Amino acid sequence: MRNNPETGMTLIVKTITRLTVGLILLFGIYIILHGHLSPGGGFAGGVIVALSFVHLMLAFGKDIAVSRVSKNLASNLESIGALMFLSIALLGFLGGSFFLNILPKGTPFNLFSAGIIPLCNIAIGIKVGVGLFAIFLALVVLERSK
Amino acid sequence: MNNTTIIPLFVIIPLAAAFLISLVGKFIRRSSETIIFISSLVLLVFSLYARFLLNSSAGKIMIYKIGGWAPPFGICMVLDGLSCFMLITVNLIAFFVAVYSLSYMEQYTDKPKFFTLFSLMVCGMNGLIITGDLFNLFVFLEIASIASYALVAFGTEAEELEASFKYAIMGSVASAFIFIGIAFLYSFTSTLNMADMARVLSNKQNEWVIPFVGVLFLMGFGLKSALVPFHAWLPDAHPSAPASISAMLSGVLIKTLGIYSLIRIFFNIIGPTQGYLTVLMFLGAISMIVGVVLALSQWDLKRLLAYHSISQIGYVVLGIGLGTPLGVLGGLFHLFNHSVFKSLLFLNSGAVDYATGTRDLKETGGLGKLMPVTAKTNLVASMSIAGIPPFNGFFSKAIIIIACLEKGNFGYAICAVIGSILTLASFMKVQKFAFLGEIKDKFKNIKEAPFAMLFSMVCLAIICIFGGLMLIPSLRFFLDDAVAVILKGTGYASVVLEAAAK
Amino acid sequence: MLYFLCLILFCVGLYGVLRKRNLVKMIIGLGIMEYAMNLFFVLLGYRFDGRAPIYAKDQEILNMVDPLPQALVLTSIVIGLGVTALVISIAVRIYEKYGTFDITKIKRLKG
Repeated sequence: MRNNPETGMTLIVKTITRLTVGLILLFGIYIILHGHLSPGGGFAGGVIVALSFVHLMLAFGKDIAVSRVSKNLASNLESIGALMFLSIALLGFLGGSFFLNILPKGTPFNLFSAGIIPLCNIAIGIKVGVGLFAIFLALVVLERSK
Repeated sequence: MNNTTIIPLFVIIPLAAAFLISLVGKFIRRSSETIIFISSLVLLVFSLYARFLLNSSAGKIMIYKIGGWAPPFGICMVLDGLSCFMLITVNLIAFFVAVYSLSYMEQYTDKPKFFTLFSLMVCGMNGLIITGDLFNLFVFLEIASIASYALVAFGTEAEELEASFKYAIMGSVASAFIFIGIAFLYSFTSTLNMADMARVLSNKQNEWVIPFVGVLFLMGFGLKSALVPFHAWLPDAHPSAPASISAMLSGVLIKTLGIYSLIRIFFNIIGPTQGYLTVLMFLGAISMIVGVVLALSQWDLKRLLAYHSISQIGYVVLGIGLGTPLGVLGGLFHLFNHSVFKSLLFLNSGAVDYATGTRDLKETGGLGKLMPVTAKTNLVASMSIAGIPPFNGFFSKAIIIIACLEKGNFGYAICAVIGSILTLASFMKVQKFAFLGEIKDKFKNIKEAPFAMLFSMVCLAIICIFGGLMLIPSLRFFLDDAVAVILKGTGYASVVLEAAAK
Repeated sequence: MLYFLCLILFCVGLYGVLRKRNLVKMIIGLGIMEYAMNLFFVLLGYRFDGRAPIYAKDQEILNMVDPLPQALVLTSIVIGLGVTALVISIAVRIYEKYGTFDITKIKRLKG
């Protein structure tokens, strides 16, 4: 993240953003991974992940955020997230039913438990995170194009 | 793997197709066309096959438990006569529209996005039809609606955006009403499964909840299906979309989202009382007359067709509102016929638009000589919608009118006849100004539409001509099963719960 | 009593949608309406002295509020997000074409 005074907000905002944006991203991933144990899950975590990128974009201007996640990459990842979710659901056919939880359930309150639910959460997290970011990006690009 | 595995495939296939297209459509040329063609063909074949399976299954009902959870607690999918009827209608039209779009969408940029949204819309409609859970119905309804808002704005011209905005606002308000209705029903019955809900409701007495919820649903689904007091968005939204999408919107979307949900909730969950039926009949009759009168004065071809959609939806609602076996049969048969001929008419208007670049009837003329196939299919569709004897529209309208007379509602029968005559007048105008008469100089060089477009138009025209054959006894099971489900009313609950318990 | 609050909130939203002339204000009205109905649905599942419906260690399943409306409302919020994003992008494009947000000036379609 170069410090280019031409784009984005003031130095204070940029410094704080540089410190916090990683933490926000990490927190989002934490929420996604613990979706089956505590409140939160794919959607909430995905929104937080998206917010970390939005934060970056607001502070440093559009170009830096786009250099991290371009619009094409975002829309491709979104499709991949959706297909991942669908294929997890289809895996249930192996056990005989759509959306059947075929993986071993494990013991409750462990991180690796609850069968396919954490996998679903990850898929949703990817989809929501990049999807929301793509919406934001599209609106910003739309506004700039005038 | 047993027979019921086919049921969730109606949601899985279009959903997978949508995201595959958006993933690979940009990189591999013509991949989006291939995927959409295969997926819609497979859906059509599967829906016909589901009809075949349904005949062999016990009690003519098939239940699929998602994730293996039993119905009152888990979400289930129900395939009965009515769902199967709607599935075949939707997937038939969707297949022909998809084939048509292969050529038609050449004039727009970004075909992969179009086909993604198209697949999502089909997914929403199929899901809405087969689900057995009230909230699931709402979710699929929103999937289909959001896809259709985006598709209406697909051209991103000023008028299209305006129409889409209007449609999106109206649609969201309608969804809000539906959502509140579902919330009330949930708080009253403590269940979301449609069959279980019907069972609880039949055991409970309450003076005000049911009528209140009924009014909310009537407003919500009335807005979605564009019955007359709520019709303002339709004549803007439907003409603004690309022609193939207009065909989907007018042909199946308003019927699936509006009429099918209305039937499911009013007949199978709440249970039909004379009050609701009277309201439905009244709304149907008003829609019939107002729609056709407004259509008479239109000069924009697609706008005229959109007003006719309102009018024809009126016939369907009137038939179903009669509540007698004959009336419901006529209503459902008209629903199928209207899907076929209204899609055909919109596809024809798209072909005219494609060839000449205008849809104003004052500017066109004499196209019959240059576009012979389009002119003939348009003639067939116009005759069908106006109810001229050998075509399918005649049979369904005749059944509805006879059912009105049988029940003693002479006023409604007269309304139906008047509506039919005005429809004929309006389509004579279309034929005269679009296809007969002298060719204008600037249209001397136009060509007939490409093969893919002609293929779907001709196929739909053939269905129009032979649609009346569905009434002969050996093919009538298709309609009769659907009618039986509606007439069973809240008996639906025990049928579903018994089938699920197995 | 709280239900009436929801009703009032809903009516405020409906007023915004139907009566305001600015596209953005209409969208805000739509948002308010959505929040009102979500609030209403969550309230339906509430019980006094209830606690959050989370299955945690060392806790019995007693006195939980109804978790189903919360799951449904989460879905409804996602749907609301989708609709709002779409409507806003349409409104931005309308502004590009017409140069105004005033619906009385956006009238190229005849009724």
